[in-house]
Amino acid sequence: MSLNNRNLYRKKARGSIFQGFDPILTGAVVALLIMGTLLVYAGTRDWYAANGLDPQYYLKRHVINILIGALLAWGTTVIDYRLLRAYTPIVWAAGVLGLIAVLIPAFGSTVNGAKAWISLPGGFQIQPAELAKISIIVGISMVLSERTHDSNEPSSSDVIQALLIAGIPVIFILLQPDMGTIFIISASVVTIIAVSGAPTKWVVGLLLVAAIGATGAAKLGVISDYQVKRLQSFVDPNADTQGSGYQLRQARITVGSGGLLGTGLFNGPQTNGRFVPEQQTDFIFTVAGEEIGFMGSGLILILLTIILIRGFTIARRTSDPYGRLVATGIIAWFAFQIFENIGMTLGLMPMTGVPLPFISYGGSSMFANLIGFGLLQNVHARHLA
Amino acid sequence: MNQRSRLSLVVVQIFVVTLMVALMGRLFYLQVAAGPKYKDAALSIQSRDVISPATRGLIVDSSGVPLALNRVGLAITADRIALDSQSDNGVAVLGRVSRLLKLSYSDVFRKTRLCGELPKNQKAGCWTGSRYQPIPITKEATPDIALQVVERSDEYPGIDATPVALRNYPGNAGINAAHLLGYVGPVTEADLASEKKYFRSESVGKTGLEVQYDQYLRGTPGIRTVIVDRKEAITRESQNSQPVPGNHLITSVDSRLQSSVENALADAVRRAKAMGRKADSGAAIVMDVNTGQILAMASYPTYDPNSWEKGLTFEQAAALFSEETGVPALSRPLQGLFAPASTFKSVSVVAAAAAGYDLNKSYDCPAQVQVGTRAFQNFESKAQGRISLKRGIAVSCDTLWYQIAFDEWLRDGGLKPKSDANDYFYSAARGFQVNQKTGIDLPSESTGRVPDRQWRKDWYAQNKNFYCDYKNRASAAQQTPFLVELARENCLDGDKIRAGDAVNFAIGQGDVVLTPLKLTQMYAAIANGGKILQPTVGKAIVKTDGTIIKKITGKTLGSIPASKATINFLHLALREVVTAGTAAGAFSGFPIAVSGKTGTAEVFGKNANGSKKDNTAWFASYAPSEKPEYAVVMMVSQGGFGASTSAVGVRKIYETLFGVKGSRVDATKAIFPNGKPPTDLPKISPATKVKGS
Repeated sequence: MSLNNRNLYRKKARGSIFQGFDPILTGAVVALLIMGTLLVYAGTRDWYAANGLDPQYYLKRHVINILIGALLAWGTTVIDYRLLRAYTPIVWAAGVLGLIAVLIPAFGSTVNGAKAWISLPGGFQIQPAELAKISIIVGISMVLSERTHDSNEPSSSDVIQALLIAGIPVIFILLQPDMGTIFIISASVVTIIAVSGAPTKWVVGLLLVAAIGATGAAKLGVISDYQVKRLQSFVDPNADTQGSGYQLRQARITVGSGGLLGTGLFNGPQTNGRFVPEQQTDFIFTVAGEEIGFMGSGLILILLTIILIRGFTIARRTSDPYGRLVATGIIAWFAFQIFENIGMTLGLMPMTGVPLPFISYGGSSMFANLIGFGLLQNVHARHLA
Repeated sequence: MNQRSRLSLVVVQIFVVTLMVALMGRLFYLQVAAGPKYKDAALSIQSRDVISPATRGLIVDSSGVPLALNRVGLAITADRIALDSQSDNGVAVLGRVSRLLKLSYSDVFRKTRLCGELPKNQKAGCWTGSRYQPIPITKEATPDIALQVVERSDEYPGIDATPVALRNYPGNAGINAAHLLGYVGPVTEADLASEKKYFRSESVGKTGLEVQYDQYLRGTPGIRTVIVDRKEAITRESQNSQPVPGNHLITSVDSRLQSSVENALADAVRRAKAMGRKADSGAAIVMDVNTGQILAMASYPTYDPNSWEKGLTFEQAAALFSEETGVPALSRPLQGLFAPASTFKSVSVVAAAAAGYDLNKSYDCPAQVQVGTRAFQNFESKAQGRISLKRGIAVSCDTLWYQIAFDEWLRDGGLKPKSDANDYFYSAARGFQVNQKTGIDLPSESTGRVPDRQWRKDWYAQNKNFYCDYKNRASAAQQTPFLVELARENCLDGDKIRAGDAVNFAIGQGDVVLTPLKLTQMYAAIANGGKILQPTVGKAIVKTDGTIIKKITGKTLGSIPASKATINFLHLALREVVTAGTAAGAFSGFPIAVSGKTGTAEVFGKNANGSKKDNTAWFASYAPSEKPEYAVVMMVSQGGFGASTSAVGVRKIYETLFGVKGSRVDATKAIFPNGKPPTDLPKISPATKVKGS
């Protein structure tokens, strides 16, 4: 039954521009993009209007971002990703260059204590760390799937190579610093290495290093003041009424006040009063929580879960090791970013500035998410076992 | 795909799905399980209540003359939203306002800050209301200043002048009545935390009748609830209710009588001072002996009840509670505790009758009585020979009582008391409810003390460590030979009633203390045939249209433990005090029959300047003797002789009450022409004038 279906899609899709599109994955992503658009609008409309600005400012830009992202997704779906594999070194190097550029004062701009953005003429900004995630995933997937010797599994030297490929960009992100992205990248890298079939000692070792590194970083002061404050306020949200603890508390109250059904889209007093900051980007889930309630925000969680499970299915079914690792990396990235973002909003995770995939406003992140989505489709379309 | 890869992928998938389930669970908890809690939290973040105070009800006297009303003042107010949006946050404007009002800038600044905005020790004068309502900087601006503010709005942006309601005590008939009426003030944090539904920026009663009947007088403020955003800008209005004015309080006080009582008390203090007494404080009370209604009540020293609304300076506030100024805030009639001295002999008569002494017999009144090792002197060491008990009351013989009290003390076992000791004197005092509050409808009443056996045991338990280690614990100034000896005695048998304690108690000296109001209640009970009545100031709560909401009547709290014969004896004896006894001089030629008792209480201790404390001067009375209507008590602390200082003062009060001029009665000039306080309730109008003015 399922085999027949798959063949059906392949036949139908072949030769059209929709070639390879997985209807479940695509349906979930489109639904999230629509909900995200409405939430971005709801999160900015009243505040912008009240301050005499264009209430549709963010709405318009968000739609443009989605359209550009859709083109990128389509592009990454239709090209043969083996071609991408050939260009992987260039993609990786471009990612690292972007991360270096951010740290140069002439290019980089500081937002919320982190140098994460490159300002472009015309008021546009790009966030290289978002795109670096893709570079790292395709980079280490390539190294770990290449078989130069008899073994069917990556050797220790392959793993070391992979760690270097991931480590160099991570060092530059650490300098920004953007702890949320590092957490997501690290988790994705460990996941890819584990799924690559690398020796167990590496997997266990890396998990230990990650755990020690996280606690050590906080103790040694590698994490800057504002990050420690964010972590502390996670532990005691009432400690600091105006800083990050305030934001976490407000976020929780806003989500909780939505109740089962929510106040209705555009009708959330917490959202419209803008008691939660960054509510079109990092805290967009508060808008969902308040205005569309448990029914709506639960639906978002279900749609995100569908994407993740669908991704795992694609990774399991593909016959090509490279495609499997890319798919696994992308799913791990999405999963950990979703957990970090919503977990922060709900008070389960410390405060870090990462957007919610497919929902939050933000060009770089939207492009990266849709490229990731495109790659999943690509793997799905070309390498069924 | 090898086995390990497959397994890893499954583990990762399970892990990821677990994370998503965790998020879903947490989301369910926040929104569904804990949703109501967060809804409340969100509401308190978004909503702000703007309170429009209700008009406070009037307090009027028994004929409707206003004692407390509302006056229109001109307030200069600040609009914080407007000030905060100015480039310097309103600093320049507030500076100009402070110069205009001749106030210091820091005062003006503080008055326009919410209390939460100021550091802990600098909150004085802060605004307890919300920032969305006009914040008054002063409520007493002159029309000239108000006009300047309104006309030169370009110079005073965010500042406005508006009429506001002020609580005002008009002082009709020249009354002060500060302790009776109390005053109003802003709601405090403690009020807000209490169960009563207070709102920020409301004025509430602080003391006196204003606090006692606050729930009726206050009314219900109008509430406008607004929804604000993070910048505190109003986004919409969610609720709007109109204020409901407060109800009025009709009291039993008569303004003309109150004024006369205040003057008589002030005059008594003046006379005592002229005679070299310190006369640091005093009280005078007139009570209806048949209903318990308080017709007038004065406390000395006093203060201007309007000073609170005008805004007290720090010095003014301190002076209200300063020992040097005599603590004007203290209401002597019900908060001051004093030894009753010879006025207490009425209680001793009841005790003696209970102990079986024949009230119609004669007793010795020597110059002194040997009690154990000590000789107790008669007042001014005068020997009166053998006299009737009635005569003994009239001339206020002490030694007669020493003898009886000493005999009874010995009969009760002396220092080895019997378990079934009669304690006639203590039980008579308890029968008069000396150790209970009168239950008057005024706050913070003090409780008198009957130093009986139990009290002494409790006292000893608390103090024996001090007295048994007196050398080390007492200050150098307390190490006089007399005090050291006293401490030794207290340590030895301070838990027992000693002979000295027993005989002192019989003449109202030693450790027995009571409030002037309590003594008034006791003499009213003697006058009315024995009923102990709860004194009341309030008579009724009425709506503006006259509808009665609540009638206030005092309870009968009990009756004094005296037979009709004993009470009749007291009536005769107390009448003789005035006709041929210690008060005869003060009341010579007075045309109305008055009964009473003088009291001159010795006070142990010294004043701040080192001088020995003067005696407390008492006169407790009722009149007319044949059919009593009023009990009148006056007390002057450190006032000298009761017979001169206080009895003369009480005579002046009776003169007003009955319309006496010299030795003639002009019934038309009496406060209550038909001889009784009015029972009908008056109509309420702020414009009601004092009769005869």
